[in-house]
Amino acid sequence: MPKATAGPEIERLIQLLARLPGLGPRSARRAALHLIKKREPLMAPLAAALQTAIDKIEVCRTCGNIDSQNPCTVCTDPRRDPSVIVVVADVADLWALERAEVLNARYHVLGGTLSPLDGIGPQDLTIDALVSRAHDPAVKEIIVALNATVDGQTTAHYITDLLHDAGVAVTRLAHGVPVGGELDYLDEGTLSAAIRSRTPL
Amino acid sequence: MEWTDDGIVLGTRRHGESSAIVEVMTRAHGRHLGLVRGGSGSRLRPMLQPGNTVRVVWRARLDEHLGNYAVEPLRLHGASQLAASHVVYGVTHLAALCRLLPERDPHPEVHDHLTSILDQLDEPRIAAVEMVRFELQMLAELGFGLDLGSCAATGSEDDLGYVSPKSGRAVSRVAAAPWQDRLFRLPAFLSAAVAPSSEDIADGFALTGYFLARHVLEPRGIAFADAREGFVAAILGRRSVARSAQ
Repeated sequence: MPKATAGPEIERLIQLLARLPGLGPRSARRAALHLIKKREPLMAPLAAALQTAIDKIEVCRTCGNIDSQNPCTVCTDPRRDPSVIVVVADVADLWALERAEVLNARYHVLGGTLSPLDGIGPQDLTIDALVSRAHDPAVKEIIVALNATVDGQTTAHYITDLLHDAGVAVTRLAHGVPVGGELDYLDEGTLSAAIRSRTPL
Repeated sequence: MEWTDDGIVLGTRRHGESSAIVEVMTRAHGRHLGLVRGGSGSRLRPMLQPGNTVRVVWRARLDEHLGNYAVEPLRLHGASQLAASHVVYGVTHLAALCRLLPERDPHPEVHDHLTSILDQLDEPRIAAVEMVRFELQMLAELGFGLDLGSCAATGSEDDLGYVSPKSGRAVSRVAAAPWQDRLFRLPAFLSAAVAPSSEDIADGFALTGYFLARHVLEPRGIAFADAREGFVAAILGRRSVARSAQ
């Protein structure tokens, strides 16, 4: 059995850091050491920020986004177009679309996609809340911005079926050649989707 | 341990940050799982979409290990399938049906039929007929095959029009006359080469759905995935969505 090189508190810190995405045991050890060395300027504010996050961050009751206020900043922003709702699988997707700054719409976070393999069914997602939001007369369009995977598109078609009677336009993101993509390296399915979705120049 | 086989991807589950556990329906090794390093990355993810055909090399120290897959693309039609709802639902439902088979148990006929359906999934009517046949085949592979070749009452092989929900055997129209309302209609495309009507397709799914639920799903405490109803509704032009648990 390897000898302990640090006290249980430090080992616990390393173990917890190693559970973060992108960090393995070795990099967690480095991060822990860095935090301990920068105790006042970094570790204390980080601990305080984490505690504040635990206390204040909630899931928005309207859209499923995470924020320190409920309803979230996106839902309460009066400059956003209330007639368009963008449906995303996860908060990370919402942030990605916000980074792109191409939409001034509101969002709906499903909390995942339907996945029989993982046992995720409609009852595990916020689909019912989306359907009730779509029946608001102010909503005119639902943009289904889900992953271009079989699970993502199964969810998209499922949602489209449910929204059929809501009287809103349901659109989805285009599929095709990514920027920087070389045709030679694309799979035939993506190429065929791109050809079908071609637009006039 | 090492083998190479061609297979159809049934599903992928993320493992760690970049790897994936991939479920493949192979011809000689049945439904088989393996770890694909980098399988959650942007390079391999398009290849590992359900419905794609890949060549896998499986390696493990012991046979009972999960093992590692090295994958190479053979036929990637995943992306072209995403636009049509019946195709997406169909692929999801086919994968769910294959999951009823035990792992690592070879079912070469199922593999071949699966390949054939995936090739014809773009054509809704053909896909529907093949899906009903696939469900019948799954019942047979699982030991609950229906006998649709001759009448349970008279032994006749002609004029078969119904199926008994008790015995799973065909019944001729004459013999079924007194009990028609208690029997399943046998769709004409299962006994002759005829173009299927919407009613026939609905009858076919009602027939296979009943026996799959009774013999396979209910004993395991599971229900059909919503994809099945989505597939049938998309084929028949209905707009109903199942709200059942998966």
